[in-house]
Amino acid sequence: MANLDLNNMEGIYYDVLREIGNIGAGNAATSLAQMLQTKVDISVPKIELLDFSEVGEAMGGEEKIMAGIYLGIEGDISGSIMFLLEEKAAHVLVAKLMGMTDVVDSHEFSEIEVSALGEIGNIMTGAYLNSLSTLTNMKIIPTVPDLCIDMAGALLSVPAIEFGTMGDKMLMIETSFTDEQTINGYFVLVPDLPSYEKLLSSLGL
Amino acid sequence: MGEVIKVGMADLKLCMSPNAVTTLGLGSCVGVAIRDPQTKVGGLAHVMLPDSTAVKNNGNIAKFADTGVDELIRQMEAAGASKKRMVAKIAGGAQMFAMQSKTELVRVGEKNVNAVKARLAMHGIKIIAEDTGANYGRTVVFYPETGDYEIKAVGKPVKKI
Repeated sequence: MANLDLNNMEGIYYDVLREIGNIGAGNAATSLAQMLQTKVDISVPKIELLDFSEVGEAMGGEEKIMAGIYLGIEGDISGSIMFLLEEKAAHVLVAKLMGMTDVVDSHEFSEIEVSALGEIGNIMTGAYLNSLSTLTNMKIIPTVPDLCIDMAGALLSVPAIEFGTMGDKMLMIETSFTDEQTINGYFVLVPDLPSYEKLLSSLGL
Repeated sequence: MGEVIKVGMADLKLCMSPNAVTTLGLGSCVGVAIRDPQTKVGGLAHVMLPDSTAVKNNGNIAKFADTGVDELIRQMEAAGASKKRMVAKIAGGAQMFAMQSKTELVRVGEKNVNAVKARLAMHGIKIIAEDTGANYGRTVVFYPETGDYEIKAVGKPVKKI
């Protein structure tokens, strides 16, 4: 595998990463539907390699409050993954998961909501990583997830810093699922550079 | 009141009074605001990583504490500021997640803050105020006219340093 440069990633590598994103996000949404015991329509995930300056905008502004679930990846590849949900979507999902009829409309998340959100993040990232593992036949072990609710820009600084050691762009996967209302979730997958190469070569590239 | 100039992640901008300069949602990154109180020439850098020499792909000089601080000072001097008079205020460098598991990234916020401090000290620029660390994101606005550095965080009152 030739030198991989995230700043100049074109053609087949990008296509492969897109496809990984597609399958991972699809799996995650399916798991979510099962968890909520509803039928969920999944749109085709939007996968973008963004400049750091564009990342906040892509999620609706750097100051938009979001819930971020962040965990490390170990095993055959190393790196991290973050799943982000808009604040309102987070409240909606938590209410559904806990069987509540009213959706909380505030910036506050109670302890039990935080715990439910952590579980949602766990399932989403777990499903994503599982499909990645199946696809590449590699052992991928997630570490214990951690949750933070804050401005999108601040949450994204964490994966951005990891991408920042490799280049000036980051790979973001936006996935929308619709049940009664549309919920937007975002995945940011950050394998370190050797892991990117392992991922691609495991797929025969 | 002038306009408010926006600085992105891994970016820096020069700013003259009466304009202000802002960067939104600082997490583990650091917002370095420098000002010459006499000419009221200022600037803001949003640095992401402590050390440009530790990274192979280091073309974007605004991204690093060392090269970012150097470049901001250079641009300010070119705009008529004097390094001797410059003073700095810094914000950010939070640890957003309790355990960022990857060893190299542990306490990257703190490392960014330390690297910025070291670089400013190397240039002989004094830090007159800071709001760094903790575990929350910050939006900052810097006013070169007064030197005020406004810090907003979710669920907290606006702070001026």
